[in-house]
Amino acid sequence: MIEINGITKKYGEKTVVNNLSFNIEAGEVVGFLGPNGAGKSTTMNIITGYISSTSGSVKINGTDILENPLEAKRNIGFLPEQPPLYLEMTVREYLNFVYDLKGTTLNRKKHLSEICEVVRLTDVYDRTIKNLSKGYKQRVGIAQALVGNPPVLIFDEPTVGLDPKQIIDIRNLIKALGKDHTIILSTHILPEVQAVCDRIIIINRGRIIANERTENIAQITSGPRKLVAKISGPKQDVLKHLKTVQGVIFVDVLAERDGEAFTYMIEAQPGIDIRKPLFFALADKGWPLVGLEAMGMSLEDVFITLITNDRDPRNKLEAAKNR
Amino acid sequence: MLAIYKRELRSYFITPIGYVFIVVFMIMSGLAFSFTTLKLGSSDVSTYYIALMFFCIILVPLLTMKLLSEEKKLKTEQILLTSPITITQMVMAKFLAAYTLFAGTLLTSCINFITLYMFGEPNTAVLFATTLGMLLIGAAFIALGLFISSLTENQLISALITIVSIFFMLGLGLVSSYIPDTAHVLRAFVKWLSVFDRYYAFTYGYFDFNALIYYISITAVFIFFTVRVYEKRRWE
Repeated sequence: MIEINGITKKYGEKTVVNNLSFNIEAGEVVGFLGPNGAGKSTTMNIITGYISSTSGSVKINGTDILENPLEAKRNIGFLPEQPPLYLEMTVREYLNFVYDLKGTTLNRKKHLSEICEVVRLTDVYDRTIKNLSKGYKQRVGIAQALVGNPPVLIFDEPTVGLDPKQIIDIRNLIKALGKDHTIILSTHILPEVQAVCDRIIIINRGRIIANERTENIAQITSGPRKLVAKISGPKQDVLKHLKTVQGVIFVDVLAERDGEAFTYMIEAQPGIDIRKPLFFALADKGWPLVGLEAMGMSLEDVFITLITNDRDPRNKLEAAKNR
Repeated sequence: MLAIYKRELRSYFITPIGYVFIVVFMIMSGLAFSFTTLKLGSSDVSTYYIALMFFCIILVPLLTMKLLSEEKKLKTEQILLTSPITITQMVMAKFLAAYTLFAGTLLTSCINFITLYMFGEPNTAVLFATTLGMLLIGAAFIALGLFISSLTENQLISALITIVSIFFMLGLGLVSSYIPDTAHVLRAFVKWLSVFDRYYAFTYGYFDFNALIYYISITAVFIFFTVRVYEKRRWE
């Protein structure tokens, strides 16, 4: 549905987006992740044709955004970082304006009332946008993107500045829209991506550093695996014995105590599954294992690891000089 | 394109700018008419229109100062530039909205001429020609203002530069007479640029085809420049 081929954007000497390529299939919800200034908004602005890339191509539904911009733009609904709202208009006037602007051919009344139903704007339909709360303004922004029923939706930080309740509302809305739209969503709020997206693309300094399905994202960093085990037995002996198990590199006792059992945090070498050896080692000694939990790497950990490993070579050079 | 035109025209009347423009225009034109044509007891309206031209220094920026600068500042241009319309259509819609208000008010102000018919026999051809000239000059000024508005996000700066530019365009004709004969090429060039000089043909009541082309060209050039500003910004 969306084919991005080697796009690069330079502002003078500064390369903001560097040779970015990825494809998004129809119906996918993709989270675009990265620290501030990574090039997320720039990439989205290029995909929507608001700005042009210095090189590379963008195809929406098979149509090149530069060769046939009008046709390509018809396929996209875009919510920019700051919703493009004319504050002096009412929601009704604004959505009718967008309807005309996009040259929509669907039944006007039915289409607009359907959108308001989905985005839950019906209550404020005749109010001036200026007087709406931030959450409602954001919804008007989303409603605007939905006008004309484009198959591709692009949302640039749709939940920024909203309160927790509104964030959940917008998230659920995006989830619902994801059923019959292709969506690209940028954010730097990690749980948001996990909650909504099928796939995560992490970019840093204008380049892709990860492009994985959400459930696989934890596996792409090869940090040590952590286990939390509850073991019933004498604390010091258990601790000593655990360290002898093949593959274990670090053991620590956590404060929690559950009757006879203590809780231990065990770190294993990457790529080794120590659960079975652990069980047999404890069984030999007759210490029952009453609980075992794998501590998955959270998206936060993955994100921080990736970003830190992806340092600017020039910074490294500077760091070396300072030493 | 029609959507932008309609929205823009409506926004003049949601904000007070449209009303301010019409009221100020009517008061100024009324006063100018009383103090030139009526006071002299003639049916010659050329001085009246020249006064109006100078009033454009203030009136035109009222219409054009926010046309594009505000869209840029509030980032609302993003919806226009990512919609399935071309930049030319967007710019034309903006121009036409401002021009509709200008031309509408100018034509309404022609009620001043009723008094001429009540007390004398004015030359209708001259009235038509001078009004047409004024309509053309207005188009050129509005295109200039639109172009300047595309260069900044600040309405005030947009207005100030427009005021200075229109003043300059009107003043060029006066400047040209001070250029010595030795630099006659320069004088001819400055005279050619002057919006003012072309207007004289209209005051004699005849239709100057060259002037028509001239004013339309100036309008087109500034609209073209405005489109280029947007295209360039996309690429830089």
